[in-house]
Amino acid sequence: MSAAAPPATNPAVPRFARTAHVARKERSERVARVVFALMAAAMVVPLAAILGYLLWKAAPALRLEFLLDVPKKGMTEGGIWPAFVGTLYLVGLSLAVSAPVGVLAAVYLNEYSRDNAFTRAINLAVINLAGVPSIVHALFGLGAFVYAAQFGYSILSASLTLAIMTLPVIIASTREALASVPHSFREACWNVGASRWQTIQAVVLPNSISGILTGLILQVSRAAGETAPIMFTGAVFYKAVQRGDLLPYRLDEQCMALSMHLYTVATQVPNVQEAIPYATAVVLLGSVLLVNATAVTLRVWLRGRKRW
Amino acid sequence: MTAPAPAPRPQRSRLERLGESLLEGLIRLSGVSAIVFVLAIFFFVFREAAPVVFSRNFDLWKFLFSIEWYPTSASNVRYGTFALTVGSFAVTALAMAIAVPFGLGAAIYLSEFCGRRLRETLKIVIELLSAIPSVVWGFIALTVTSKLVVDATGAAVGVNVLNGGVVLALMSVPIIVSIGEDALKAVPDSYREAALALGATRWQVVYRVLLPAARNGLLAAVLLGVGRAVGETMAVLMATGHAVHIPGSLLDSVRTLTANIAAELGEAPVGSDHYRVLFLTGVLLFCITFAVNIVADLAIRGVRRRG
Repeated sequence: MSAAAPPATNPAVPRFARTAHVARKERSERVARVVFALMAAAMVVPLAAILGYLLWKAAPALRLEFLLDVPKKGMTEGGIWPAFVGTLYLVGLSLAVSAPVGVLAAVYLNEYSRDNAFTRAINLAVINLAGVPSIVHALFGLGAFVYAAQFGYSILSASLTLAIMTLPVIIASTREALASVPHSFREACWNVGASRWQTIQAVVLPNSISGILTGLILQVSRAAGETAPIMFTGAVFYKAVQRGDLLPYRLDEQCMALSMHLYTVATQVPNVQEAIPYATAVVLLGSVLLVNATAVTLRVWLRGRKRW
Repeated sequence: MTAPAPAPRPQRSRLERLGESLLEGLIRLSGVSAIVFVLAIFFFVFREAAPVVFSRNFDLWKFLFSIEWYPTSASNVRYGTFALTVGSFAVTALAMAIAVPFGLGAAIYLSEFCGRRLRETLKIVIELLSAIPSVVWGFIALTVTSKLVVDATGAAVGVNVLNGGVVLALMSVPIIVSIGEDALKAVPDSYREAALALGATRWQVVYRVLLPAARNGLLAAVLLGVGRAVGETMAVLMATGHAVHIPGSLLDSVRTLTANIAAELGEAPVGSDHYRVLFLTGVLLFCITFAVNIVADLAIRGVRRRG
């Protein structure tokens, strides 16, 4: 190709003329870039608009008193304390069940299982468990925990239902965290004579604990927002509770929950003060996003500290 | 020189070894828990529905394809879920018509066009968007978008197919974006480099190289979005109104399979036919989402095998 070596030309004259084809190509490139940017922006704008609108409508009721007070006058006035505590109960108890099972299941899938039909069946089950609609989880909770196990409509039934619902996501996030530990770490540990479990305990878990925790935190926010699964297994419209009482419920009792409360005041109760449903939504959304933001920050921070 | 005698291997106590094997048993047990729970869900939901399925006057054809849903009629009780199924599909189809182009467009922007900083920020926004609970979406649909729908179209009621579709679209966009972006990222960089070396612009790379190469993964993204939209309960319960009929236009109210269960389960007497039919609807939903998820999984696996 040396025959076609470019002659030394005046730099002002481009070597390749910008043909109509190239111009068209570049134009479509610019259009595509703008269109895709707009599509991405179309996700951000509604989020901001919705958050802003909710905050604005909720502002008249948003005080600490709203959080600590109990609902009054047939839930048309007052606060949301019983619902807030109820949600804490449900989330805490469900996490206490799903976290150990989920983490151990992920350890099994990532550290013990071989690539065979059985493992593929487990993977498929995890995927499907994640895809089961929340209302079907509610039916399951009703059939299995409320009636078959005779826990009745109770916090216990509701949190077990939530636990099974959140399990697949805990398994997935934990697995990802475990898989991010390089295989050479494990080999080094095996080579000094450690057993499989000793390796997991001494090397794998300490190196992936941050990722596991992030996944668990994200799960807290998911469980807190769920409504359908607890609606028929243990959450009630109203329950009388002392103002600011920290331990108002027993495990075999029904409880109020934030998500359920939002549904109730938004659709079932007439003549609610206008700001109350908005403020309930803001508290629920605020807690969920706060928990989420914590997890995201934790992850970003830890990723920065990673040493390998 | 004599080699030093090898240090005696430290013996672990019996208790320690016993503890370890117990723990490993526990780990194995947890490993199979997912299978157990999926089977248990099917079993317990079906168990509540079984008496009505095996009763003499039950007609599966009518249950699936009759549009007559009169569960509380005094004279002639009929349980046909077809209108509910159509309602579910109408809302889901509209949601996908909006969410798929926007979701895939955003996924393409994230993976091909924007810088690293912006990408990280947008990903956090997507995560927050997907964290919004469905009941909050339902509330937004009820109070915000339904009014916008009335203003924009002059519809009699704001809670209708359009409203539900818009809200479901907003809810399923995050999953489409994140899975879609993964699918695009899974295409080897050498494909991009080859195309760029031939003088292609980024846009040409996207639609000539990446979209065909990531076809399966993008399909999976869409299917998972569909799965999420079909199974969504609280948001559609609050967003689409409560008319059990086949919608004639976007501005008709409908009821979906999921919303129907949520709306009626509280009122159906425990053990009644109505109550059992609602569980049977649950079985139907379980089967639909099961099928969607398996197809999505096969699509994703197709990607892995080639990558």
